[in-house]
Amino acid sequence: MKMKDILTLLDARLLRGLPEVESEFSSAFSSDMMSDVLAYGQGQGLLLTGLLNQQVIRTAEMLDMRCIVFVRGKTPGEEVLDLAAEKGIAVACTPHGMFTASGLLYQAGLTGV
Amino acid sequence: MTLQYHYNVPGDDFVHAGEASGHLKGVLRQLGYPADVVRRVAISMYEGEINMVIHANGGEIDAEIDDRGVTLVLKDQGPGIPDIEKAMQEGWSTASDEIRSQGFGAGMGLPNMKKYTDRLQIDTVLGVGTTLTMRIDLH
Repeated sequence: MKMKDILTLLDARLLRGLPEVESEFSSAFSSDMMSDVLAYGQGQGLLLTGLLNQQVIRTAEMLDMRCIVFVRGKTPGEEVLDLAAEKGIAVACTPHGMFTASGLLYQAGLTGV
Repeated sequence: MTLQYHYNVPGDDFVHAGEASGHLKGVLRQLGYPADVVRRVAISMYEGEINMVIHANGGEIDAEIDDRGVTLVLKDQGPGIPDIEKAMQEGWSTASDEIRSQGFGAGMGLPNMKKYTDRLQIDTVLGVGTTLTMRIDLH
């Protein structure tokens, strides 16, 4: 699934980064616990989370994730967005909750672990 | 070829925690290490770095890169680990609610380090500190 399609599906707004329109996502991981993401999130390019701090960006960095979608309409501070930009990770914000956002993506064909 | 890097990890600085791991990850990537090995090193070191900040008021990390893999030595002067067996269990944690609200303290740190490394050695003395030695081999 292409990133621009993911953004459309989730009614998401891109906060930083250019959508790699050609890059494909086949799976995603949803969690507010970064240690769980580190434990199980390998191979996922997309992270859905309600956590808004710098460690979300760093966790995605360690796992080579390319995109983070913040759920429940939350938007992190500028310094967090800047860190994402520095690390080349696209960040977006969806008004949907984690359950709904995950469900929409699953329904569209993305898988979990 | 052997490359050595030394990092000081400041305590109680949750904002900058992970910078050392991010730096070493960049170095390994530039050296052309395979992506999966780079990821395993990055995750293991990052979990250790976070632990230092959360539990031990910071510490020091020495990384040595050679032709066959990476050795990480993480040394802190924190309280030590009272029960290593429990600390190795997934889900067991002494982290505060504040740390949990920051996305950590799920009790996955040490289990993750064990999972992603080829060797993990824990030397800990109560009231003195903990030294973690991790080795990730190039397979």
